[in-house]
Amino acid sequence: MKTTKILFGTAAILLSAASASAQIGKPFIHDPSTIMECDGKYYTFGTGGGGLISADGYTWDGGAVRPGGGAAPDAVKIGDRYLVGYSATGGGLGGGHAGRILTMWNKTLDPNSPDFAYSEPIQVAESVVDEDCDAIDVSFLLDPTTGRLWCTYGTYFGNIRLVELDPKTGARMPGNKAVDVAIDCEASDLIYKDGWYYLLGTHGTCCDGVNSTYNIICGRSRVVTGPYYDNMGRDMMLGGGKMVIGSGRERTFGAGHFGRMVEEEGVEKCSFHWEGDLDRSGRSVLAVEPLVWVNGWPVCGKKVQDGEYSIQSVRRGYGLELTVDFQRANIQRVARGADVPDVALENQKLAEVIGTWPTGNTEVRCSDYMNRPHQNWVITSVPELGGTIAGSYVKITIAGTNRALAAKAGAELETVPEFTGADEQLWRIDQLTDGTYRLSPKAVPGCSEKLCLVCTSDSNVSLAKFDMNSDNCKWMFE
Amino acid sequence: MNFRKTVLSVGLALVGVAAFAQTPRYADSDINFEKYFKPATETPASPDAQGFIRRWLMLDPISKPNRGNTVFIDSYIRDAFAREYYKGQFASMSDLALLPKDGQKIKKVVVDAQKPVDLSAGRPMFMAEPELIQEKVTLTWHALDSNFPNVKLFRFATGQGLTRYGVIFNVVTVINCDEDIENVRLATGSNSASMWWVNGEEAVIMSGDRRMVQDDCASERLTLHKGKNILRGAIINGPGMSDMIVRFIDEAGNPVKNFTVTTK
Repeated sequence: MKTTKILFGTAAILLSAASASAQIGKPFIHDPSTIMECDGKYYTFGTGGGGLISADGYTWDGGAVRPGGGAAPDAVKIGDRYLVGYSATGGGLGGGHAGRILTMWNKTLDPNSPDFAYSEPIQVAESVVDEDCDAIDVSFLLDPTTGRLWCTYGTYFGNIRLVELDPKTGARMPGNKAVDVAIDCEASDLIYKDGWYYLLGTHGTCCDGVNSTYNIICGRSRVVTGPYYDNMGRDMMLGGGKMVIGSGRERTFGAGHFGRMVEEEGVEKCSFHWEGDLDRSGRSVLAVEPLVWVNGWPVCGKKVQDGEYSIQSVRRGYGLELTVDFQRANIQRVARGADVPDVALENQKLAEVIGTWPTGNTEVRCSDYMNRPHQNWVITSVPELGGTIAGSYVKITIAGTNRALAAKAGAELETVPEFTGADEQLWRIDQLTDGTYRLSPKAVPGCSEKLCLVCTSDSNVSLAKFDMNSDNCKWMFE
Repeated sequence: MNFRKTVLSVGLALVGVAAFAQTPRYADSDINFEKYFKPATETPASPDAQGFIRRWLMLDPISKPNRGNTVFIDSYIRDAFAREYYKGQFASMSDLALLPKDGQKIKKVVVDAQKPVDLSAGRPMFMAEPELIQEKVTLTWHALDSNFPNVKLFRFATGQGLTRYGVIFNVVTVINCDEDIENVRLATGSNSASMWWVNGEEAVIMSGDRRMVQDDCASERLTLHKGKNILRGAIINGPGMSDMIVRFIDEAGNPVKNFTVTTK
């Protein structure tokens, strides 16, 4: 078996990913806001106005509307409305650092909706000329524990600041004083998880295409006003920050402007831009990747790349396999103590065993993984058949064949001899917040529920609703 | 700015500093020079609670135009910091007998300056190499104590109405030890690139478009000798803020603090 390994440990999470997994369409954007879902579509806004829309989270195009121009917006859904923030910048080096943070509301983000109308922008923060702050690059956190609305802003020019807004009006809370929480970052973002506030920021060089060294770091605090410390105990006011997304992954460079999406318990995504994508003329593009939590710290995860793998259950560690006879390897054992030279023997080959396999639809199960042909699967992206926010749909076939894993009626599983592209043969793969993976068929015949691949015992598999708290629902690729 | 001094040990920091109640550090728009610096006194200074060195002799920034911080590769900064702008420049920062004095002026220093750039159309995304002209300037040494662990070089420049972008800062200080302190490392952070020397020996080079990060780089193990040791740094910056943060750390990464700091 080709030993392309994806472990779910920290090391593997930080491994590079091919940009083949990137969003498709025209995902060209700089400084994307946190992705919002609105009436079944996804939206993100960028610097300069406007933004991107996607019907499925995978294929993106222009068309989102955000007035006001300016820099680096963010958005948050509060009740049944969306609060959109952006900044009017003084122009940076050329125009000084007098920035203003503004907020405005909209009932919908769909520009074609009759309800689409932005309220008048309200200024909620500013920086005066030359002070230790540049009031741009806004972000929001609606505190899930208190319902309070927090806003951070700032750039490399001085400090990142935190203010409190009124979640009913989007205006600054009366009497609220700004707090310095970090130095020398850009594109800050505040998120909350399990009793910790996490302040993310972007370090490195901006706006230099594939030479940009932009990277996303974070610190955390039990108190929203900080101080925020990194994993080494360094205060973010002294430059501390633990890496969340490094500067480059194979053919994409310069990660900046983090946004977090929580789809459901255990399934999170992060959005950001790559400053330069070598596969897209070096342009700045939207990226959506799994968000993994390692020892209480957020880390950009990794989509499963096309390749050959064993698919192993977290429940037991058995490998997913075609339900066929186990064929003993035809290898003569050498007597212990025999004085013969060592030779490398070949793995069992598909041709040696495929003749013993059924030719029709065949079931699957789990068993001891022995690197045998009926246990080795090939993951192949099928972007022409669409995708989701998790990336392209994939087909999962037995290596060397077109025999494809498929959902079948009754919420069970089988393999079909030939992949046809039918919805029940298309799979969505999400890396979960603990680094393991969930496999979900696009469709299950006769069933409208969202189901995923599960173990029903150590040795048997089926389809069922996802439960993050059950290892039955989790898989590893190795 | 109500900057609350952080006094937590590394050990405490690693086991959950956030459990401590913290006073928010309220923002302050004041940018007066006195917010960031005060004159150094005759009394020897100690490193702060985290070991950061706050007393420095600082030379007015030397204009060194560049098209941005991305040019600061190793060879670039080595060349930039090797340029002698005035006679005896390097000797004055590595020989105790020649160490500059507070208020000492160096006249008729020829520096590169940049022709004014037309920014009426906004900041260019990719700046071209600056067009240089030469100017004669007077540079002054200042003995200062920083009010913050990170020495705000940018405010050192702006507070005196000096060139703020495209500059080289030269700093030097004296580390006084009662005995040899072995196996310490010089730990530095700077915005942007910098180089550091201890007793004339290169200790740290920090190339690239750096953000100031505490303990971003560290030297090999070195010995601070009994008596006086000269610590010198050069920091170069293009656009944006510029600052530095410097301390010595021991084998475990803990701050070394058993010395005093003077500018003589």
